Amino acid sequence: MSERVWRILIESFPKILLPGLRMTLPLTVIAFSIAMVIAVIVAMVQYAHVRVLSQVFRAYIWIIRGTPLLVQLFVVFYGLRAGYYMSPFWAAVLVFSINEGAYCAETMRGALEAVPVGQIEAGYCVGMSYTQIMRRIVLPQALRTAFPPLSNSLISMVKDTSLASNITVAEMFMATQRINARYYEPLALYLEVAVIYLIFCTLLTWLQRLGEKKLSAYTKKEARHA
Amino acid sequence: MLEVSNLSKSFGGVPVLRNISLRVDKGDVTAVIGPSGGGKTTLLRCLNFLERADEGQMVFGENTYNLRNVSKHDIAAIRMRTGFVFQNFNLFSNKTAIQNVTEGLVIARKMPREKANDIAIRALERVGLKERASYYPNQLSGGQQQRVAIARALATEPEIIYFDEPTSALDPELIGEVLAVMRDLARSGMTMLVVTHEMRFARDVSSQVIFMEEGQIIESGPSAAFFAAPREARTQTFLRNLSAEEKI
Repeated sequence: MSERVWRILIESFPKILLPGLRMTLPLTVIAFSIAMVIAVIVAMVQYAHVRVLSQVFRAYIWIIRGTPLLVQLFVVFYGLRAGYYMSPFWAAVLVFSINEGAYCAETMRGALEAVPVGQIEAGYCVGMSYTQIMRRIVLPQALRTAFPPLSNSLISMVKDTSLASNITVAEMFMATQRINARYYEPLALYLEVAVIYLIFCTLLTWLQRLGEKKLSAYTKKEARHA
Repeated sequence: MLEVSNLSKSFGGVPVLRNISLRVDKGDVTAVIGPSGGGKTTLLRCLNFLERADEGQMVFGENTYNLRNVSKHDIAAIRMRTGFVFQNFNLFSNKTAIQNVTEGLVIARKMPREKANDIAIRALERVGLKERASYYPNQLSGGQQQRVAIARALATEPEIIYFDEPTSALDPELIGEVLAVMRDLARSGMTMLVVTHEMRFARDVSSQVIFMEEGQIIESGPSAAFFAAPREARTQTFLRNLSAEEKI
């Protein structure tokens, strides 16, 4: 590689990383947090077979999972003119939360249904109410089961945020495109942004492992007194 | 203290309990025995509303309930006064042994944490597992888990404890430790209703026996008389087969 390319890469690194820290990361963290709230509510409603609301949420999952994320971004931003009411960043947060919420809701529902019914019966038998059992017994166990697939979704989402460049969110990918427009070194620059995404995801994988270790205290098979 | 009359239950049109009536007095240890599939477990589950009976009446303590339309509120109230021990233990797997015991006290009964811990430690001590208080269920053997489950039921000071085949899921060598705890409970005057296949336990510990088959009570009465001289032909055959087995 020529000296020129190296110089471009080094100079552009902070210019790509900074939008990453200022846009990509907040977008991911905020949207995923909202998605988790949506997921838990939607999953619990379906788990409890709440009438009407269950059907409404099924339709929500059906539509969101059945249409491309990019199309959803366009519908909200250009179609519904979301940019008129909010910044592109918040429009992206809106779409990403709703989209991710649908996928995570299914993960959560599966995890809730995997909790043995005996856990609930035992809760009733010690006098707990349905709400208490959900909050103290079922949900914590379901979250443990759902943790790896949810981490998966989070990692996917970090990369999917690059789609937000299409609705004028100045995140990492858009920053890279702009720099490339000036220097035209597509291979080097797009590889560079790929590496930065990889670093982000590596950190998340590492966090996932830490989280699993913390959560797995009760799933360890080996007896402590052995 | 517990009286059930004409309890019936069917699953999808198939009757599993037919006109069950029974009576348990304070301090009674009642063994419910009989061949598998006879409805013993379903009966027990109906008594704590894990299954809803189709018909029947229940007198619990000073109150009378129609089992067909007993309210959620009443169910909750009855459960507060009873304990239940499952065949598969069903300890909360995300809670330690002591947390399993305190959960019903702190969360359901709003007892201060410290007081609940004291009670839980005493309950665990009673089943010989005080030093395992901070272990998670899957760090305990089956027998230990079942003893924690008994401590959990015990801690809420129930008026009666239901046992659903408490030793059926255990390795033979772990059965003894659980039965020992149950014997100790019986001696202390706890009212117990025990679905069991442990005939020796039924004979030695229970004060009353109920023999069930095909959803009906075939014979019931004081244990001593039941085992010495069963009245019904079916019961006689059942006991004869068992004693033949024991001789092998």
